[in-house]
Amino acid sequence: MTALPAPSPKKLGLVIDLDTCVGCHACAVACKEWNAGGIAGPLTDEDPYGKEPFGVWFNRVHSYEVAGLEAGDSGPGKSQGPSKSADLTVHFPRSCLHCETPACVTVCPTGASYKRAEDGIVLVDEDKCIGCKLCSWACPYGAREYSAVEGVMKKCTLCVDRIYNEHLDEIERQPACVQACPTRARHFGDLGDPDSKVSQLVAERGGRDLLPELGYKPVNKYLPPRPRRGATASAPVDATHSDEKFNAAALPPVLRWLDRVLSR
Amino acid sequence: MNPAFSVIFFTVLSGAGYGLTLWWATVFIWSLLFPAPYPPPLWWIGPTVEALAISLVLMTVGLSSSVLHLGKPQRAWRAFSQWRTSWLSREGVFSLLVYAGVALLGVAAMIDDLDKAIGSSLVFISIALIMTCSIATVACTAMIYASLKPVPAWRHPLVLPVYLVFALHSGGWIAVALFNVADEPASARMIAIGICCMTTTVLAAMKIAYWRAIDRIELPSRESATALEGIGKVTVFERPHTEANYLTREMGFVLARKHSRKLRAIALLLFAGVPLLALMLAWLLPVAAVFALWVAAVSALLGAFVERWLFFAEAKHMVMLYY
Repeated sequence: MTALPAPSPKKLGLVIDLDTCVGCHACAVACKEWNAGGIAGPLTDEDPYGKEPFGVWFNRVHSYEVAGLEAGDSGPGKSQGPSKSADLTVHFPRSCLHCETPACVTVCPTGASYKRAEDGIVLVDEDKCIGCKLCSWACPYGAREYSAVEGVMKKCTLCVDRIYNEHLDEIERQPACVQACPTRARHFGDLGDPDSKVSQLVAERGGRDLLPELGYKPVNKYLPPRPRRGATASAPVDATHSDEKFNAAALPPVLRWLDRVLSR
Repeated sequence: MNPAFSVIFFTVLSGAGYGLTLWWATVFIWSLLFPAPYPPPLWWIGPTVEALAISLVLMTVGLSSSVLHLGKPQRAWRAFSQWRTSWLSREGVFSLLVYAGVALLGVAAMIDDLDKAIGSSLVFISIALIMTCSIATVACTAMIYASLKPVPAWRHPLVLPVYLVFALHSGGWIAVALFNVADEPASARMIAIGICCMTTTVLAAMKIAYWRAIDRIELPSRESATALEGIGKVTVFERPHTEANYLTREMGFVLARKHSRKLRAIALLLFAGVPLLALMLAWLLPVAAVFALWVAAVSALLGAFVERWLFFAEAKHMVMLYY
């Protein structure tokens, strides 16, 4: 059924730390590797070694330049601090957010897309999907990618075939992207439980929703970059040099002589 | 959005089909309510049945083209199941009910020969079913798009009325061309032409208003999309992939926005300008009337194609905020 289940107390999802992500794409690669053979597989690539490689990935890592804001800057992002915030490069991993009210599920005409009542994971039943692509149009986050080879829609499964898999060691029962991340920028857990580690992390670091104005209520949260040390982090280095005090009297005799010669 | 030809074909052709069905049903009811003084044309022959046949062909071709758009056409039957939440599913259900109405009409015609009373009441029931479900199908088609929050241009309140009037418009000009040669009462024909001129004017006004409105629509900020509001001004440094992917091909279509002014003028000329000029020609030169009215009908349909192509191609999808 594409009707949404009653909100579940358990909301499995990811917390992604934009402060620590270094944009190495390990999550994307590990995801592709696992899911090419898991229940969502195959993740077909067309022309993989040719001129125009084209394929399905559940993770896409974007990189953005973030120009720091002057104090009192207007515009879409107003500066929060009293002085100019730092210029940054932010790496931004994008994947399914397993929304609480996902439009991709309700638009599905066949019942292939569904949200699990027990843990809130959004899945596609590929045996029912007719490949109309409407769900991908309904998702503003670009979470769903269509496979023309198989004629069905593909999406992140939150590694549902790992997280409950009793054949794996308990420590490995987490999504492949989380396990692969070398900087621990990805965290997996129950965001419906306020006492869980991920929920505490979100509370502590001010975790945010993507495009909250659309009202899809994403479960996944993003932790914004921490403020850089020093309020004027992007001030030019030379500026500090010119401020240095020079005291010739404190120098050893040879250097004092050298300074006198050079100052002529 | 990528303007997929199968979907444009479907929305334009089946829209015209359902519009023509409505005209046909109206003419049909007219002929039942106000029988002509001379022996009336038997209702199962002549232009009324031609109109029904043409509209059935149009909607069937349209629906088949939409099925071909699917990745798994053999599973299309599953799309009738989720009418509780999905406009696409509702559209499928109503489109089937139109066929059911036509089948019922056939049964009614057979019974009509045996028992006038039961037959004619069945005729009215089936006509009512055909008319309601035709309108409902077109409305569902519009709602598929109007309900998609990530495409703000489609959320505009004019989307639904434009789809409905376009169906009446493109079907209407075909009906005018068909019934021009018929022995229908002249007053009915004049009313039909009058309504067509009205839909043409209304449609042109609605489309101009819509185009002006979508030029002013702003997508949410990239800062909101990346959770970086208040941290800085976000610009793309590097895309996640060097080549295209499904998202950039399906949602990142920019050609139409580049040429939008010219294409809008072409659409307006085809769906409104040419039909009205052809109508004037038919008025002034009765010898060329049949030809001129068919030119009007074909031009209205072509205009609908250009308009629908623009409707898809001009619409921006929010996922492109990330790219």
